[in-house]
Amino acid sequence: MSNLFNIDIVNPDQSFLSKDNVFEVVIPAVEGEIGILKDHIPIISFLKPGIIKVFSETEEQNFYVEDGIVEFKDNTLSVLTSSIFDLKDADKNFVSESISSAEAELSKDNIDDQKRFLLNHKVEVLKSISIN
Amino acid sequence: MPSLDDLRKRITSVKSTQKITKAMKMVAAAKLRKAQENAEKGRPYSKKMNNVILNLSKSITDKENAPKLLVGTGEEKVHLCIVLTADRGLCGGFNTNIIKKAKSYFEKIISKNKTLKIITVGSKGYDQLKRQYKSYIIENISFKESKNINYFDADKVGKIIIEKFEKNEFDVCAIFYNKFKNVITQIPQEQQIVPLNEDKDDKDDSGNDNDYEFEPDEDEILSNLLPKNISTQIFKAMLENSASEQGSRMTAMDNATRNAGELVDRLTIEYNRSRQAAITKELIEIISGAESL
Repeated sequence: MSNLFNIDIVNPDQSFLSKDNVFEVVIPAVEGEIGILKDHIPIISFLKPGIIKVFSETEEQNFYVEDGIVEFKDNTLSVLTSSIFDLKDADKNFVSESISSAEAELSKDNIDDQKRFLLNHKVEVLKSISIN
Repeated sequence: MPSLDDLRKRITSVKSTQKITKAMKMVAAAKLRKAQENAEKGRPYSKKMNNVILNLSKSITDKENAPKLLVGTGEEKVHLCIVLTADRGLCGGFNTNIIKKAKSYFEKIISKNKTLKIITVGSKGYDQLKRQYKSYIIENISFKESKNINYFDADKVGKIIIEKFEKNEFDVCAIFYNKFKNVITQIPQEQQIVPLNEDKDDKDDSGNDNDYEFEPDEDEILSNLLPKNISTQIFKAMLENSASEQGSRMTAMDNATRNAGELVDRLTIEYNRSRQAAITKELIEIISGAESL
């Protein structure tokens, strides 16, 4: 029996990625990374800034996401996100811009702890991208 | 009876108008294809979003403490209406149809003595509504500068709505837009987004008895998801609207081109007739002049 399932990543304006031959996906859910294999129980969660790793039979793909919602049901993983890009096509300028805007946001006083945590995390992830 | 010269001028003017409408039709046709593609590409997102929310709201047992965006404030006093129209005219009944739909809704609300607040998106809607409902319009947003419809713009509108909701400025929110069915048919739509009404079109009946695992808990996910859903719904409306606008403009311009053609034909016949009459008249004058000699 195969151990493959489907993944659909959709943007508001288009379908970003659709595959039916992945065997593992690691998503940066808000309470920690989740690795999803076939026949995972139905789950709904949302994302924090991080990297989605998609392992298919032939290749491994990495995507940076800022936020979004994931739903897993009937062996289909749906990821809804408005900000996503493939790490391979990462634009250095865009990444450094995002880092500086996030850092500017961090330096403000009036943000709550949860937001501060998310922003810190975002900076961390983006920096790790720009190093590679 | 217009003179020959007048007729000639008239024909040239109609012909040049025809050229313009023909060009506009072709531009609209090209844009329509793109807009239609975009609208179709955008549908999966809003559909999935709707499904997730549907599944979530089913699993919420404690209705009392559910997020207000989902269940409403419990009152129905203040209605906020978002009217989405085009920024440009010359597109047949496109703008008028939305306005008509919106106006009938407004009248209903006013007659029930409820408070009405209007936000217009797109300058044409504002132009048409300001005559009658000036005092109700609280904001007028226009995205004339953005070349394409993007999620960022929709998000801006969404944030305005959320902000107003959090300040308790309204209880019910509805959006008005045209749904694109095909090139000739666009259906004006009224959709309630706060509190959330199930959208029948997007419903997916694939047995939703799944017990989901939620991480974090349902409430937190919902309160995170619902604001996003509002932006998504507005984005969807904007996409549908832009496809409808181009479709409507294309049909309108096609009709105009055809009408202009008919008009040119009629004027040409009239022109030829009066030219012939003038010639005949001159001949008669010459002949009768010669006869009298």
